[in-house]
Amino acid sequence: MATPQDISKTVTPRDVNVRRKPARASSAPPVPEIMKQGALVPWLYLLPALVVMAFFIVYPMINTIGLSFQNRDGTASAATTCREGNPCWGVFENYRYALTAEFNTSSPQALWNSFWSSSYGNTIKWIIVMVFGTVSVGLGFAVLADRVKYEALAKAILFMPMAISFVGAGVIWKFVYDYGTQQNQIGLLNSIITSFGGRPVAWLSTTPINTFAIIIVGIWIWSGFCMTILAAALKSVPDEILEAARVDGATEWTVFWKIMVPIILPTITVVVTTMVINVLKLFDLVYVMTGGNFQTDVIANRMYTEMYKNFNMGRGTAVAVILVLAIIPFIYYNVRRFLAQEAMR
Amino acid sequence: MNREKINRIINELPTHVIILLTIVIWVVPTLGLLITSLRPPEAVRNTGWWTVLSEPPGAEKYSQYCASCHGADGATLPAADLSNPDLVRQYPRSLQLLAILRQDINGQPHMGDIPLPNSQEAADIAVYLRHLSGIDTASQFSLNNYIDALVGYRGQNTYRTDCAAGTQPPDLRCNLSDILNPRGMGRAFVNSLLVTIPATILPILFAAFAGYAFAWLDFKGRFLLFALLVGLQVVPLQMTLVPISRFYAQAGLNGTFLGVWLFHTGFGMPYAIYLMRNFLGTLPRDLFESAYLDGASHWTAFRQLVIPLAMPAIASLGIFQFLWVWNDLLVALVFLGGTTPVMTYQISNMVTSLGSGWQVLTAAAFLSMLLPMIVFFSLQRYFVRGMLAGAVKG
Repeated sequence: MATPQDISKTVTPRDVNVRRKPARASSAPPVPEIMKQGALVPWLYLLPALVVMAFFIVYPMINTIGLSFQNRDGTASAATTCREGNPCWGVFENYRYALTAEFNTSSPQALWNSFWSSSYGNTIKWIIVMVFGTVSVGLGFAVLADRVKYEALAKAILFMPMAISFVGAGVIWKFVYDYGTQQNQIGLLNSIITSFGGRPVAWLSTTPINTFAIIIVGIWIWSGFCMTILAAALKSVPDEILEAARVDGATEWTVFWKIMVPIILPTITVVVTTMVINVLKLFDLVYVMTGGNFQTDVIANRMYTEMYKNFNMGRGTAVAVILVLAIIPFIYYNVRRFLAQEAMR
Repeated sequence: MNREKINRIINELPTHVIILLTIVIWVVPTLGLLITSLRPPEAVRNTGWWTVLSEPPGAEKYSQYCASCHGADGATLPAADLSNPDLVRQYPRSLQLLAILRQDINGQPHMGDIPLPNSQEAADIAVYLRHLSGIDTASQFSLNNYIDALVGYRGQNTYRTDCAAGTQPPDLRCNLSDILNPRGMGRAFVNSLLVTIPATILPILFAAFAGYAFAWLDFKGRFLLFALLVGLQVVPLQMTLVPISRFYAQAGLNGTFLGVWLFHTGFGMPYAIYLMRNFLGTLPRDLFESAYLDGASHWTAFRQLVIPLAMPAIASLGIFQFLWVWNDLLVALVFLGGTTPVMTYQISNMVTSLGSGWQVLTAAAFLSMLLPMIVFFSLQRYFVRGMLAGAVKG
């Protein structure tokens, strides 16, 4: 489901109503003069929140960076784990491992293949397919559902998987993908295939189908999220413009691409960035459905494997830092967008 | 019907088809889970859940291979009465069935002139035999899987039959105390509740305080601190797990509820404050001004104005945090693990070991979805509102 952290970047009052609200120049909501009190009072209100955040987010982040330069139990520098005759990056040894261990450098072809089946290549597949899938299903459904009488029910159904855990969704789809070795296929998908005379497929252990099979589960879960936010943005598109275009003879297709999409483009951008962040962090689905085996690993699951299965703290934290580095552009984007919004208030 | 109406229906048809098709894809997998969780184990193993309403697949094969000797009802030969459940139970799968078909009976081939069925046909016949003997029809749907999941039963039969026969596994006592068996979903449900409720209330409380400060109090660095908070929202969980689990190990907080509550509180904070501040910022300022003119302190204003007025935001936030914590696997896996297993942990364990078969797994998964589904469908309005982060207010 949606992590609370993910949702916030989606849509705010400002996004939806940007064109309607008069802009104010101040950078923060003004506080009435009469309410100004002693300098200490605000900090008392902030104290519990600041303490838990400092302890559970800020301090561990710094600590994680430090640990990524140390050995497996954090007792010595990572440089000591280098072995004679092997390449070594000194204190960056964990990063060397995290960045190169999955790659086969014997030939360019082998490198390319091993890259695409590594956790990095898979994460890229996830980002491309899942973001495209969720946004197009979400947008398409939002536009179409707007025209039918059972809109509310249809939207609720598409949105329903958001209430289910990734673990639950993993079970649901593992059952759909079930592959029986001999008797009747009890997995829906293979049963459909065999009933048309095809051969059953081991969806979750056949590379590279398996990664895409799991991505489809991700799309199933997250499309409702994209749909809800895009639908809210679509409702803010003024009807007069759409009507005017239709009167002028524009087809629905043209109305969609030339009017709706450009107007809600800012929201689409927000949804896309939110989804990219979600995909980068995604762990549960891969963990439950394949455990990262059969070349379905992704960065977030690899961090878990290094840390809690191989018990190598240095390597685990190095993977975590790489994950954060991938997310930093989005943190920057988020803050910048927030500043722009505040300036509009 | 006039021509215009027909035209309109034809124009709208593709829209309906696409929407209904999408809905089917969204509903069918979950429906399969629900139906499977109600079926007996043998049926789950041998036939797809969509066959529950159809004629058993082996009927045709049975009449082709067996009916000439055993009769349509299976009872023609008293020595080999196929309507006898005890006999049929010995041949649950194609393998056992083919073995007996290959054996000679009284020096004659079992099948006589009829060729042996292949393994797929034999599997279908085995399924049909259970139908014929009444094993399956006796209880096509039951809550047995749910009982098995709740008490953590992992045997070959069901909890009920084992308890009736006195052959239950050693960790089960066949009384009400089994519902709290550490391996069962009943216990996990309680654990999930114990984790989720405080981990929902604490962050909302802290966020209400901080959101009020950010919205209506003046202090140095207010804007900068809030911008920092916006950045913290996307920090991945993975980045903070290791140092915290090290600290918890030293402080003895590993495997405790307190540790998980605090972790979820810390991580839920940035978003919760963000939502609270944005919501409280939209409250009319005259309200606060007149309260202060009447001599109210910040504390009074917070308790008597802010909290009641912020109820919509608190509701949205509550649903979000609830679903997030309830559905979380990673934090539970790292900090609670098997010592105090929550539902997601138990299910992921069942999936990776697959020791208990689909029927218990599907029942367990459905149990874990029950509460979120209820919350979702009854409070959907607040859920969507929270997701749009105050867009409705604007």
